[in-house]
Amino acid sequence: MKIQVQRVSKSFTADGRRTPALVDIDLDVADRELICLLGPSGCGKSTLLNIVAGFLEPTSGTILVDGRPVTGPGADRGVVFQEYVLFPWLTVQGNVEFGLTLKGVPADERRRIARRYLELVGLVQHAQKFPVQLSGGMKQRVAIARALANAPSIILMDEPFGALDAQTREILQEELGRIQRVEHKTILFVTHSIREAVYLADRVVVMTSAPGRIKQIFAIKLPETRDRFAPEFTQYESEITRVVKEEVAKVHE
Amino acid sequence: MTRGLAILATLALWAGISYGNRAVEWMLPALLPTPGEVVRVFLDSVRDGSLVTSVTTSLVRVAEGFGLAAAAALALGVLVGVSTPVRLLVEPIIEFVRPIPPLAFLPMFLVWFGLGEASKVAFIGYTTFFPMFVAVAASVLRVDPMLLRAAASLGATRVDLIRRVILPAALPGIIVALRLGFGLALFVIVGAEFMGADAGLGHLIMEGRTFFNPAQIVMGALVLGLLGSAANALLVAAERSLFRWREARATS
Ligand SMILES: Nc1ncnc2c1ncn2[C@@H]1O[C@H](COP(=O)(O)OP(=O)(O)OP(=O)(O)O)[C@@H](O)[C@H]1O
Ligand SMILES: [Mg+2]
Repeated sequence: MKIQVQRVSKSFTADGRRTPALVDIDLDVADRELICLLGPSGCGKSTLLNIVAGFLEPTSGTILVDGRPVTGPGADRGVVFQEYVLFPWLTVQGNVEFGLTLKGVPADERRRIARRYLELVGLVQHAQKFPVQLSGGMKQRVAIARALANAPSIILMDEPFGALDAQTREILQEELGRIQRVEHKTILFVTHSIREAVYLADRVVVMTSAPGRIKQIFAIKLPETRDRFAPEFTQYESEITRVVKEEVAKVHE
Repeated sequence: MTRGLAILATLALWAGISYGNRAVEWMLPALLPTPGEVVRVFLDSVRDGSLVTSVTTSLVRVAEGFGLAAAAALALGVLVGVSTPVRLLVEPIIEFVRPIPPLAFLPMFLVWFGLGEASKVAFIGYTTFFPMFVAVAASVLRVDPMLLRAAASLGATRVDLIRRVILPAALPGIIVALRLGFGLALFVIVGAEFMGADAGLGHLIMEGRTFFNPAQIVMGALVLGLLGSAANALLVAAERSLFRWREARATS
């Protein structure tokens, strides 16, 4: 197992009151697997991702990556944030090279690697621009290239396409699918879109309303290249929608 | 353009009032120097070299005091910005000392460091340190924590975070802090040189009082103003070229 989430619980203390956000999460993620996390707003998806990333400590339980407990953030787990979080003072290329610079990779080698990933996300001609000069979709591509160029075995993505319009979103989904067939990362992907989850995931994990537990796991047995209009695709979609709706309804009760 | 006009208008107003005063003797003419007199004093002191000496003396003091304070403010400001224990330790001390007007301590500096260069340099350093330190620490604390997360998940160590994220992200604020400190240094050098100095622009102005030469006072004040604007313009230009990434959108 690449990632093992073992009985992870997390409570937050605010104004002297402890509120549980995650309860007893158990999840094994296989090497090269792409898992999508779905669930109502506030159910703890980001919290779980942040714990795996090492940004937060669980209140109890452990996360193992390659069998070793996670103690903090590290280069083995790349993160793609919803708000991109590029370094605004660096060019696109500088951003993509950031992790390599930290490792002391020589400049020409860095340039070669950055170019390869900028090609992969279709941004070679924008390499010298600064983040302020890019559209949201372009920034998200840079963020993905930056994560990939650092060669992590795991990538954690928290609603990476959430801020994008529907068309850009589908294009980036296709791009991510294509990249995944080449790069074979282990990916934990948080989304609110059931279509997105069925399009990308090997398994879809649906969480309960807060405090978050795992409600149900769907293995998506569809071919690598997926057709959003295939009957099997819509079958998964409606099945998962039904389960997610039960939980979203609870939030509004 | 409008700035040029405003300056011209101010000069015209001054000329009108001072030359008008010559005609009607509304107040003792010697009390209100005319532009012509000020220019004459200026040219005289350029010719005999006294102005250059005054300016360099003051600037050296400013540079030394400001330089020391800037280095200390930068080091301590970053430290306070990145380490919560240090911040909790330092904050109350700063809050206690900072509201005391620095000029109140000037006599102390003369007592401690004597009438030589050391007292002026130390005083400028002391005065400019606090505002620069506070501004540097604030701009470090304002750095978006998400940038730190992004860097940490790309493998950044603590030192990397300071060098490659915190410093560049806080740099615009740091430059503003330095500008503030430099302006303040020019401000307080005059006060420091009023008391117990034998050279410098403050001394030049005080000499104008002692020998009853108002034109020399005005000349000294104008030279200080010019130095201030020149230094500010230089720093603004440096900022522009340094922070291309913020204005890139507008220029491309
Ligand atoms: N730093 C924090 N301090 C206190 N409470 C927090 C903190 N972070 C998250 N929470 C709480 O934990 C719960 C889970 O939050 P989380 O952000 O993980 O939800 P989410 O599933 O990602 O929601 P969304 O889909 O809206 O992004 C929420 O009730 C939230 O208020
Ligand atoms: Mg979230």
